[in-house]
Amino acid sequence: MSLITRRHALIAGAAGSGLALTGCSKILPGDALTGQSGFQRVLAHAESWTLSSQRFLLSGGAMAREYRVSDISTKFKANGTLYPGGEDYEDAVNENFASWRLTVDGMVAKPLSLSVAQIRALPCRTQITRHDCVEGWSAIGQWTGVPVGLLLKAAGVLPQAKYAVFHCADNLEGEPEKGGMQAPGQYYESIALEDARHPQTILAHAMNGKPLDVGHGAPLRLRVERQLGYKQAKYVQRIQLTDRLSGLYGGKGGYWEDRGYEWYAGI
Amino acid sequence: MTATIDAPDSRAAPKGVRRRREVIYRHTVLVRLTHWLNALVIVVMIGSGLNIFNAHPRLYWGLKGDEYDRPWLSIAATQGAAGTRGVTTIGSWRFDTTGLLGVAKDKGQEIVKAWPSSLTIPSYQDLADARHWHFLFAWVLAANGAVYLLWGLISRHLKRDIVPTVDDLKAIPRSVLDHVQLKHPVGEAAKRYNVLQRLAYLGVITLISLMVLTGLTMSPGFNAFAPWLLDLFGGRQSARSIHFLCASGLVAFVAVHLIEVVLAGPINEIASMITGRYAVPQDHAHDGVGQ
Repeated sequence: MSLITRRHALIAGAAGSGLALTGCSKILPGDALTGQSGFQRVLAHAESWTLSSQRFLLSGGAMAREYRVSDISTKFKANGTLYPGGEDYEDAVNENFASWRLTVDGMVAKPLSLSVAQIRALPCRTQITRHDCVEGWSAIGQWTGVPVGLLLKAAGVLPQAKYAVFHCADNLEGEPEKGGMQAPGQYYESIALEDARHPQTILAHAMNGKPLDVGHGAPLRLRVERQLGYKQAKYVQRIQLTDRLSGLYGGKGGYWEDRGYEWYAGI
Repeated sequence: MTATIDAPDSRAAPKGVRRRREVIYRHTVLVRLTHWLNALVIVVMIGSGLNIFNAHPRLYWGLKGDEYDRPWLSIAATQGAAGTRGVTTIGSWRFDTTGLLGVAKDKGQEIVKAWPSSLTIPSYQDLADARHWHFLFAWVLAANGAVYLLWGLISRHLKRDIVPTVDDLKAIPRSVLDHVQLKHPVGEAAKRYNVLQRLAYLGVITLISLMVLTGLTMSPGFNAFAPWLLDLFGGRQSARSIHFLCASGLVAFVAVHLIEVVLAGPINEIASMITGRYAVPQDHAHDGVGQ
């Protein structure tokens, strides 16, 4: 599977076609960042139908399935950014994230700034859940972390806030194994407050009983079960409460959303 | 509901004059509309489904499956002395599928991807766009199917025309023999679906229903609403495999369906699915002409 050469990848990219045999190597048409055609907007209508129907079906706060310890994947594929790079992140790894801060700000009454040690000391939830990549594969892992709802409560979310935006330390630009084909950009994600407050939505600091490793998003990653893998933002540094997504990055509410994927990833 | 086209009675008519053609009203407006809409939707669903498949061209059984797990089916490209080859693996069988699966020519360029551009919607590899196509048309598929099934139950179309009777089932060997010999029913027998047709149509309804259910089982949101679907299909990756197998069954149905349309008289068959009116094939062995 991994024998595809970079040369072929580049040929494929140049031909306006691509390959995506492994990994999240999504290849994008040139206009992905410059706006969608009217036809694409019609196609994207289905997303609002999916969102409203799933909101209706899940209005009781239904839980994602939780699995047994024996179901856990022996090897859980790390995907997207595998190492954020940059001096800051390297320093953080070297000092075992001792000075890493998570801030909660934006439309909140009391902005928070917490160290990883402080977060580890908060009440936590452990869950064994299935991670579904948009590409089609699944892996099962055990996650331990602080419920996002708890952080939001502590910060006092203002009534006008609608979304929790997760700002990350990774930039998907220039990862050599991706053939440099991905449009560069800072990773970020956003979810509705309804999902942020769901009991299974946690900011995980441990995976399978060990502190989160770098490939899986150390020191903190989002787990928003009931949605696809690209919503599970890694290397989270900041949670921003806001009432609109239009002013952030590409304006669609997430790294992959800005590149054409659905904001609501429950399907 | 039998209509007769004005034509002189052949028994009384001299040689060379048209025989009386019996024309029946075979397909109601609703059947015709849902049929053609379904045909269009299936084409889009298969094409966009193959594009989505290309994002991870491996299938597994069970709850989970990623590149560290063993797939039961995979389409890959390998580099060797013979250059880049497309290799399709099913269980322990390996097939060199260069030119069609894994590696294929596209506008003169050798492209590495599981299903070739000529079969996918959109033709270029783009998971985001393919998902938009797939999920929009999934709504149309489900709505169209629901209208058909609901109407089929209320109007008793399903019971009358699709579900085989006991006598039908007894006639399976006879019908198989007729099909093998490419003998098509004539006269009264041609006015109703034969048992193999009934089973095929029932099969396609089952396949599409399974596709909708396995499709929903792949949705993590829908999983939370209906976790029993995960148990029914044996996990999300099993559901993905069954989804693919049902799609393959659907493609096989369409192939046989089109062949049968051609063999049974394509103009009459296609016209009947457009106008509803079907000229009943007559038994030419008893043609009065020339006697």
